[in-house]
Formats: sequence, structure tokens, C-alpha cells
Amino acid sequence: MSTATETQRKAPAGERVADWADGRLGIYGLAKANMRKIFPDHWSFMLGEICLYSFIIIILTGVYLTLFFNPSMNEVVYHGSYEPMNGIRMSAAYASTLDISFDVRGGLLVRQIHHWAAIIFLAGMFVHMFRVFFTGAYRKPREINWLFGFLLFVLGMFTGFTGYSLPDDLLSGTGVRFTQGAILSMPIVGTYISMFLFGGEFPGTDIISRFYSIHILLLPGIMLGLVVGHLILVFFHKHTQFAGPGKTNKNVVGMPLLPVYMAKAGGFFFLVFGFIAILSAVATINPIWALGPYRPDQVSTGAQPDWYMGFAEGFVRVMPGWEINLWGHTLVLGVLIPLVLFGVVLGALALYPFIESWITGDKREHHILDRPRNAPTRTGLGVAWVTIYFVMLIGGGNDIWATHFHLSLNAISWFVRIAFFVGPVLAFVVTRRICLGLQRRDKEKVLHGRESGTIKRLPHGEFVEIHEPLSPGQLHTLTAHEQYKPVEIGPTVDENGVERKPSALQKLRARLSKSYYGEDNQIAKPTAEEYKEITSGHGHH
Amino acid sequence: MKKLSARRRHPLAAVVVLLLALAATGGLYAAFAPAGKAQADETAQSLAIDEGKKLYSVGCASCHGSGGQGTTDGPSLVGVGSAAVDFQVGTGRMPAQQPGAQVPKKKVIYTQAEIDQLAAYVASLGAGPITPTESQVDPAGADVAKGGDLFRNNCAQCHNFTGKGGALTEGKYAPNLEGVSPKHIYEAMQTGPQSMPSFPDSTMPEQEKKDIIAYIETVNGDESESPGGLALGGLGPVSEGLFGWIFGLGGLIAIAVWVAAHTAKAKKS
Repeated sequence: MSTATETQRKAPAGERVADWADGRLGIYGLAKANMRKIFPDHWSFMLGEICLYSFIIIILTGVYLTLFFNPSMNEVVYHGSYEPMNGIRMSAAYASTLDISFDVRGGLLVRQIHHWAAIIFLAGMFVHMFRVFFTGAYRKPREINWLFGFLLFVLGMFTGFTGYSLPDDLLSGTGVRFTQGAILSMPIVGTYISMFLFGGEFPGTDIISRFYSIHILLLPGIMLGLVVGHLILVFFHKHTQFAGPGKTNKNVVGMPLLPVYMAKAGGFFFLVFGFIAILSAVATINPIWALGPYRPDQVSTGAQPDWYMGFAEGFVRVMPGWEINLWGHTLVLGVLIPLVLFGVVLGALALYPFIESWITGDKREHHILDRPRNAPTRTGLGVAWVTIYFVMLIGGGNDIWATHFHLSLNAISWFVRIAFFVGPVLAFVVTRRICLGLQRRDKEKVLHGRESGTIKRLPHGEFVEIHEPLSPGQLHTLTAHEQYKPVEIGPTVDENGVERKPSALQKLRARLSKSYYGEDNQIAKPTAEEYKEITSGHGHH
Repeated sequence: MKKLSARRRHPLAAVVVLLLALAATGGLYAAFAPAGKAQADETAQSLAIDEGKKLYSVGCASCHGSGGQGTTDGPSLVGVGSAAVDFQVGTGRMPAQQPGAQVPKKKVIYTQAEIDQLAAYVASLGAGPITPTESQVDPAGADVAKGGDLFRNNCAQCHNFTGKGGALTEGKYAPNLEGVSPKHIYEAMQTGPQSMPSFPDSTMPEQEKKDIIAYIETVNGDESESPGGLALGGLGPVSEGLFGWIFGLGGLIAIAVWVAAHTAKAKKS
């Protein structure tokens, strides 16, 4: 009796703590509103999680590394425990990276986790971005979030690049020199930017400490903000989902955030961390001790940037060394054109959602994802972009390809030059054909059912394969996508007989729209009438 | 004895006796005369040259000409020295299998003795770099760090940071230096085979060559350590990127698929 009254009077400790916090933070209201937030289930929706977790891992390990790294270009003579560098003159930055690798407890492992996580972070963002692209998840209302993601990818590239440069080893120094060359190729402003950035002539004594603040403060700070914004928008827009029975543009079918997704996401974080830690314990990345300190008079073959800058390297490697000399000034087209292409190729990716929405003229919200096959032109364009990207990665690693496949370096460069123009066209045409073929197959499946693999022999000797009709759910999934009609320019003569001249832009839009949604460019999905006619038994062959 | 006595009046008996007597005096002289060591070496040397010439006529003359003067298929060997022969034949590059961008290293088909004979013959055509002795190439006690610095200054442009090799133009390449013997590294520096420039003692003294050999042995030898784990070929960011994509991201996607497949499901009754 007395115990019952006592519990009524005094709440358990946990409840009291929660109550205290709720009174000050209002967490109860927040939790109530969001705890049951639904997320759909699909492995490809976890690609972004891989990026988020590797980003967190990078920050955690990065903090540890800052405790021991000395971002200074002061010259020191190394007398640490790595014998092959004993007595060599080097910058304090390089010496402290050697110390992190050999003398700091856990330093090498943390360095490798930091670097592997960066490689995976960028690769994850790349794949995540193309998951979003190929499923059309960037459509309204998610265009801004697409830009956030794009900016994260680009900033990630530069954060990676500045981090790769910090140890001041021979490889990264060559990369910095490469970048300075690209900056110098900019007409008019190039020399000024270079002088400002390096505080004088290359390499100067400032670049490492400047890259250090950019790498650990400026860029990650912006990225952290963008990540938070990205996540808030995902929360606010709610996650997209693939078409399926019960899934509409107005609902989300899945599991609640708490407890299911909290547990899954938390567990997945530890899986990602553990996996990257194992990878870093097993495989070397950037063995700066083998590379030697940076000296402007030394260089090694096989000097490449990390993979995410590889396509820029490719542009420069395969570009003919053109130059224009005018009025005592040199325009280095061999570097300037690659620099422009670098911006154009990335920019195309950022702008694509806006271009597509202009072509379709669609202002509605989309929460149901497209299957890539149902948007053949978009899918084709995406594959064409990826083709350019990977062709340029081959160009960036042309020397490694040459030695390991016993090919001529020059032949590879010519292959890449030609493939830069031919490859994307070929990829576009082939991909679109494949998409249309898959659309036809879907249509076939809807109308005639699934091939069961059972062969029946008819009394008169003919063999037929039995087709099993699809379930209503499957039928819905295969026909849920909507198909646009190409936009028309409209009548060029109005009711009063006055001629109207459509603008060039309108004509372009109509032409593009036709190439997206014209008769031959998508397979009309089966209508209910067609389905009824065939399944009623009359039309069956 | 009966046979001998039966032929003592043979017309050639006198000649035979004379020859025997000459041989005996010559032999005795050779045995007892204070013969100079150099002289004996010279004999051995000329023997080696003779043997080498024979080997040369069979294995090399078709491209390099019967007297080493060179043809359209192969360069002149006058003045290349014994070190060049020891390197080219000792690493299996010569005799070449086929013309091409570059003659690759392959199985060695001559014994070291035969290589020495060939080298002796080619050296006799004109003065050139001499095959180094064992003590000349021994990296023991050399300065590895200095060797590393020299390597990055002179070799890394083509052979990569740790001598893993690299590409040159038109299918030519700088080979991987892993497993190359100190003697052959020394000779390559000395003679500059194929696309490689030569580093004679006048520009790179013997001690510096030793330092470089010591560095290569340390970072790219059989017992080289890789403190960070798998070296991934030591090729830099290209192989790292490939590994990161395939095993890193690939592994994580596999985990993601696994997690997504094991979702909380409503129990079907």
C-alpha cells in the first residue's frame, strides 16, 4: 500500500530527467512529432548514409590528426624512426606526418582511416548522386537539395585535394604544382591568383598553412552546414519511394524512425566505421614515407591525384599542348581548355534538374521515383556523363594503364581523345535503346504475363510456353509511371489569322521535348483497355 | 713396347720424336720458367675472347654484325664495354626475341661463364664500362637516406618513387626494379641500356650508386616492409582509388544490401 503511494509521489529518475529536459528544450513535442516519421526501405536509400557516416568518421579522425600535425613549411632535418629518411631535409609538415605514421600511437591507423574514409566518402557521394539522378529524385521539391548535394561533392573534392596536399610529400607537392599551373593558365587573373594564393612565387612558405585552415576549418565548416541542411530538407520533404501497391505521391510507406530506423542507422554507422577501420588496418593508403619530401626540382612518374580529381588530370593529360602567343602574352590552351571543361562537366550535373523541368514544364511535386528505364533520355544522358567521367579517369591514369596492360601511352591518349567525343554519344544511344527494350518487355509482361518456363505441347504438336498473369500489385508497379506528352509550340496562326513567330527558345524546347517524350522515344505503356482486351481471351494468341 | 719398337723405322718417326722433344722442353719451360701472372691471365683472356667470339657468331652476329660493327637491326657494340653485355645478356634482354618498342627482360639463356666470355669478346672490340666487382656493388654500409634522395633526383621520374616502374612514350617503359640484382642495377646506371640515360662515374661516383642500390633494396626488395599493410602495388592513387571503389564502397554497399534485406517485418501469421 505504502509503496504504491510512494511511486505516485515520486517518478523514476529517468522520467524526472526527461521532464527536466522537456521543460527546457521541448523535446517531448519534437519527439512526438518526429519519432514516428516514416522512412521507406531500399538498399539504395542507404548510400547517402554511407556518405554521412564516412563524413563523421573523417571529422573524428581528422581531429586526432590535428593534435600531432604541424602545418609548417619550416625546414627541419629528420631524425625519427623511419630509417630511409634519416638526415633528410624536409618541411616540418612532412616530418610531423612521418611522426604521425611511425611514432604517434595509432597514428598510422588513424591516418589511413581518415584517408580511406575520404576516398569512400567521395565515391559514396558519386554513387548516391547517380542513384538520385537515375531515379529522378531531384525533381520538385528537391532541386535545392540536389544543389546541396552537388556542392557537397564539389567541396568534398577540394577538401580532399587540400588534405592530400598537407603532408607536403613529393606526390602531393606535384599536385599543388599542377594546380598552380592550372591557375596560371587563366587569362589575366591567373598570375594574380597564384601570387595571392602562394604568397609569392611557387612554392613559397605559406601554402601548407593556408591549405591547413582551408582543409580543417573553412571547407569542412561549410560542408557541415550543407550536410545539416541536406538532412533537414530530406526530413522536411520526406523520403521518396519506388512505385508499388499502396504507395502514392502523397504517402510514405516504410518503417518509423523510432525505433526501427534509429536502430538500423545506428547499427549501420558502426558497420561502416568498423568496415573502414578493417580496410585501413589491412591496406596502405598514401605511404608518404615512400614518397619523400616535396622539392620543386624532383618529380616521380605515376603522379596522380586521388581518384575524384582524376578526371581533371585526364583532361590535362590528353589535351594537345596548344598555345597562342599574342602581344607578348601566352594563352596556354592545353591547360585552359581542360580547366574550362572541368567546370562545364561538373556544372552540367548541377543544372540538369532545372533543364529537365524547363523541358517538361512540369511544376508538380514528385515523391514517387522513376525507374531508370522509364526515362530513357535522362538515363541515356546520365550514362553519357558517366562515360565521359570514366574515359577521363582512364586518361588520368594513362601511364598505369600503359604499363599494366602493355599498351602504348600515346595510343591510350588517342583512344581517350576520340572516346571523349564518340563515347558519350555511343553510350547515350545504346542506353536509350536498352531502356526502350526494357519498357517493351515490361509492356509484354503486363499484357501477356510472366514467362513461367513451363513448356506445354498442344495436341497438334505445337509447343507453347505458359505465361503466368502478374499479380495486381506487380501490374500496378509496372504501370504506375506517368508518361509525358511532348510540348507543342501551339498554332502559329491565331484565330484572327495573325501569324505568330515562335521564338528560337520555344522551338528548341519543343524539339528537346520531342526527343524526350516523342513517339519513338518512349514506349506507350499498356492501357487498361488493352489489358482487358487481351485477358478477356479474345486477343490471346 | 713391341708395337713401339716395330715402328721405330717408320718415315715419320723422326718427326714424332722431334715433336715429343719440343713438347717436353716447352712443357718443362712452362712449368719451371718464372711465368708472369698477367701473362697467364692474358692467355685466359684471349681464350675467353675466342670462346666469346664463337658464342657471339652464333647468338649475336645476325643483328650486331659479324665484327660487332652493328647492322640496321642492331647497334654497334664497339665501346659498349663488358658491363653492357653483362647487363643485357645477364637479365635475358639479349639475345632479343623480336623487334619492338623495347626489349623486355626474360629468361636468361647463357650461363654466367658464357656471359663473361661474350663480355670479354665485346670488350675487346673497344674500351667501355667494365663489369663491376662484387665489392663495388655491395650496398652494405651505404647511406639509404642519401640513396633515396639521389633516387628521387635521378630515377623516380621514370621508375616511380620506389622503383615500381612507369610508362614512357610509344610503348616503351621503365621497368620495375624489384628483384633486380645490385650488379645489374649498377651496370644499368653505368651503361644506360635502351631508353635509360647513363650515369658514368664522372657524374655519379661509385659510392652514390651504392647508396641508390641500398635504397632500392630497402624500399623495393624482397624483404621490404610495408608498414601500412597491403601496398596495392605501390603505384599511388590510381590503384588506391580502384581499391577504394571496389573493396571499400563495394563492401559497404554489400553491407547496405544486407541491412536493407533484414528489415523489421510484420509477422505473418
